Amino acid sequence: MAIPISYNLRNLAVRKTTTAMTALGIALTVAVLTAVLALVHGLDTAFEATGHPLNVLVMRKGSDSELASNFTRTAYQDLKVKPGIAVSSRGEPMASLEMVTVINLPDGGNPDGKNVTLRGISPLGIQMRDQVKLASGRWFQTGRREVVVGRSIAGRYPAARPGKLLRFGRGEWLVVGVMDAGRTAANSEIFLDINQAGSDFNRSEVLSSALVRAADAVAVQSLINDINDDRRLNCTAQAERQYYASQTASGKPIQYAGIGIAIIMAIGSSFAAMNTMYAAVARRAREIGTLRVLGFSRGGILLSFLLESLLLSGIGGALGCLLVLPLNGVTTGIGNFVTFSEIAFDFRISPQIMAVGVGFSLLMGALGGFFPARMAAKKEILNALREA
Amino acid sequence: MISSNVARVGRIDLMVRFFSFILKNSWRNRRRTFLTVASIGASLCLLGVMMALYAALYHSKPSAYQALRLMTRNRVSLTLPMPIYYGERIRQIAGVREVAASQWFGGAYKDSRDPKNFFARIAIDPEKILALRGEMSVPADQSRTFVSDRTACLVGRSLANRLNFKIGDRITLVGDIFPVNLDLTVRAIYDAPENDEVLYFHWKYLEESISLGRRSLAGTFAILVDSPESVARVAAAVDDTFHNAPVETKTESEQQFALSFLSFLGNLKAFLFSVSAAVTFTILLVSANTMAMSVRERVREVGILKTLGFTTREVLSVILGEAVVIALLGGVVGLLLASGLCHVVSQNAFGFDQIRRLAVGPAVSVMALALAAFVGLASSVVPAYAAARTPIVEAVRDSG
Repeated sequence: MAIPISYNLRNLAVRKTTTAMTALGIALTVAVLTAVLALVHGLDTAFEATGHPLNVLVMRKGSDSELASNFTRTAYQDLKVKPGIAVSSRGEPMASLEMVTVINLPDGGNPDGKNVTLRGISPLGIQMRDQVKLASGRWFQTGRREVVVGRSIAGRYPAARPGKLLRFGRGEWLVVGVMDAGRTAANSEIFLDINQAGSDFNRSEVLSSALVRAADAVAVQSLINDINDDRRLNCTAQAERQYYASQTASGKPIQYAGIGIAIIMAIGSSFAAMNTMYAAVARRAREIGTLRVLGFSRGGILLSFLLESLLLSGIGGALGCLLVLPLNGVTTGIGNFVTFSEIAFDFRISPQIMAVGVGFSLLMGALGGFFPARMAAKKEILNALREA
Repeated sequence: MISSNVARVGRIDLMVRFFSFILKNSWRNRRRTFLTVASIGASLCLLGVMMALYAALYHSKPSAYQALRLMTRNRVSLTLPMPIYYGERIRQIAGVREVAASQWFGGAYKDSRDPKNFFARIAIDPEKILALRGEMSVPADQSRTFVSDRTACLVGRSLANRLNFKIGDRITLVGDIFPVNLDLTVRAIYDAPENDEVLYFHWKYLEESISLGRRSLAGTFAILVDSPESVARVAAAVDDTFHNAPVETKTESEQQFALSFLSFLGNLKAFLFSVSAAVTFTILLVSANTMAMSVRERVREVGILKTLGFTTREVLSVILGEAVVIALLGGVVGLLLASGLCHVVSQNAFGFDQIRRLAVGPAVSVMALALAAFVGLASSVVPAYAAARTPIVEAVRDSG
């Protein structure tokens, strides 16, 4: 027969200070791990959510990013008549020539400012991003020095709120609206008229990239192949979703650092848990002897102490998850090396992340509890009863 | 006079005896001491690395040459160019010794997906870069051929070692920002205490390769001033010169300029601080827990010590001493681990020069040990005080 779990629970409750301290140590370790995982998950969500499945992004051959790409108007004229491109309600091909650059915006805490992506775009280009909706104000008018900022930009940069003037290119630009791009990367971008942008940045002829919409799912791959094989065009095409999904690498440094830190902290916490469990075994030597006399097996004792350690660390794990919960939905930003600008995203704590956190704490408990439990199980009845 | 000396000797003698008593006490429960030291060691190792990182990023002193250099970029963004004639205007500012337009080439060397192949490729006037970076040492014959050969390039020693570049090697860079491919020949290798993972090539070679519309533009201007006192004045003077010009500039020290790339990784300071706080708190918990356990076991001993005539204060200092010794031991272990970890990290810091010099310095060691001692004290004060104050009769009766 197994030793009832209430025995372990009561034991933890009796030594409440020690239990609380050990559990809190484990909780902090779990909190660091889950916070980093939530950050990376939030970043991944932002990238994975971006892009229409039928959209194809075209850049100059050899370019890894829109920022470093060059795309001429002449090439665009050749591109938009390719077969397999969808046609808009007005009968034009669904294609958008775009100019991407980066400007520096000062924010509250950082006087040096942060890099923000600026995208010169046409109304059709906006239409092709169906996740992008106007949240307040209005869209920019073609031919005017007006911009619409993403929701995160408006939230994070006081200098870029509606009604403010931004200074870049050849003069000032009025912020006329805020767009909501759901969870996508466009929340961290500023949209403006492609022709105005081109002339301001001396890039009327050579712009950055083009986005085209395939007529249907079957046409996507053939369109990509067609563009890639066109020697005259000298371009690389890829699915828009794939382009953004590949940018999740931006979160890798912080992910590796965070997991490394959590593992070292876990080693420390396991040793602490081991200490606590050894003390528990030492204090309860006589109890262990009594339990054996009552007929509980060595295996039962081993299991009971291991279970107690798991309970202790499980409490810590749950506590750690609770500690991190307020972070859910908090917006933060991270540098994206592909766009050379900051992408804003929300910490996202998913049930899976919490499960990983609790699992991690149980692992610490198992590591810390095994040896003390084995020691308890190995005790000889008479010696155990005789111990003080 | 004599009596006070005797008293002092007596006190030292007592301290020595106390110390061996403390050591023996902590040796008694070896397993617990080991676990506590290991636990504190793991946490302090992390803390040591965090502090070393902070020191390397925000407190490292620029070298004598670096302290004299400024970087000017387009105020709107580093990715946007400035007219080349700005260089002449900057040169006229008092205190400027040398100024050179430079251009970040970007592009790809071999397979760009492998991060090992990433390094900075900068187009700059060859004579000026040798003057600007006076800390670079280049053999005289190499620097001569570097200056005279238009397709030559100058590479740093670490970069040459990493990618196995030798004098005379041909390097092809495939352009992206500039849609041209460059064929370069390694003509010189420089040694420098820092930033020796850069490839410099002739500004004119790039200019001749690109279309007319993109010529005569500078990505950044590197400026060398005559004395450290001129740095702030020149930086302000440069930006004032182009205030309200079509392209405004931003000038900062080379060190700040480098730091702005690191801040790109996210809010590093907040990250370092929050992790350090979590770690410190964890050590405090671990240490407090151990000391509480250890004191609880020894209440009876405390009673016996007091029966033997030890005062409450002496008993208190024995217990506190034990906590401090254990915590300090953890601190030493942690620092050793931290140095090892810093070494590993510094070997894998592509491009980030600050991280390549990551090491646990004396300041960090002192701070970490001080923190360890503090943790030892803070964690044991409450249980030690409670135990020391327990009346003898009660203490001796305690079953442990």
